[in-house]
Amino acid sequence: MRDGLIGKKIGMTQGYDAAGNAIPLTVIQAGPCTVVQRKTAKRDGYEALQLALIEDRPAKKPTKAQQGHYLKSGAPVMKILREIRIEGETPLKEGDQIFVDVFQAGEKVAVTGTSKGKGFAGVVKRHHFAGGGGSHGSMFHRAPGSIGASSYPSRVIKGLRMGGRMGNDRVTVRNLIVFEADKANNILVVKGPVPGPNGAYVLIRKA
Amino acid sequence: MSLVQVTDDKVLKKDLSLFAVGDTVKVHVLIKEGDKERVQIFQGDVIGKKGRGMSETFTVRKVSFGIGVERIFPRQSPWIKKVEVVRSGRVRRAKLYYLRGLKGKAAKLRENR
Repeated sequence: MRDGLIGKKIGMTQGYDAAGNAIPLTVIQAGPCTVVQRKTAKRDGYEALQLALIEDRPAKKPTKAQQGHYLKSGAPVMKILREIRIEGETPLKEGDQIFVDVFQAGEKVAVTGTSKGKGFAGVVKRHHFAGGGGSHGSMFHRAPGSIGASSYPSRVIKGLRMGGRMGNDRVTVRNLIVFEADKANNILVVKGPVPGPNGAYVLIRKA
Repeated sequence: MSLVQVTDDKVLKKDLSLFAVGDTVKVHVLIKEGDKERVQIFQGDVIGKKGRGMSETFTVRKVSFGIGVERIFPRQSPWIKKVEVVRSGRVRRAKLYYLRGLKGKAAKLRENR
């Protein structure tokens, strides 16, 4: 079974590894999570666990439908629900809690989140085009250049890389190393950055 | 309190002797040569401090055989064993970069009494 947890990105800091080298760290408030629904291949077509992140404040004014959905787990209605796919058997059932101790220091995890929105970005930023010179009479700066031939094919081919909305995508960063898993404070510290701004919700799974 | 602070507090060295910009300090640095370890002392004036918490660094300047040498140390680095204050200087600036342009007696800092 692949363990997973919902977390909230708190911010970044710095730490030192065993050799004394400075390393970048991201602090995530991870869990605790409650299993709200156990999806089975027989009934739902696939095997999964639906988790809710337990936060200080439950959802305001939950609808009757939401209340009913949470009934089996006995948990208050929360704001964030995420699903993790599982393979084979799992002892977890509705109402069970998952804590940050499913991860251990040194383990590799994958963190999924929504990246920061960059707005309408040009090709240099969005697709790493080289761009032109800034001065010395260069009249080509950050434009995309030619986007195709003329009379044949008389159209722009599909999928051509151009400027447009960038960021705000679902991004998964894989093989991040767990630096620390602190169950008392529900804190997971991983080496390196994770997608999204501080305060963003992320899904953490074993890589 | 931010949770970043919670994780930082566990590892922050609070017992490091306090020093200020303008102080002459001895920095005890761990040096690794192959598989041998020894402590080397870098003595000079603190000419600046930057950042706070886990990412705080300080710059120490000394004049070695007529050549100015500056080293930037991360304050929380495990390689820094100790910072000893030799004498504390009286300065009116947070960054003493003007010392780079001075030499000899002009580059001396008045002692704080």
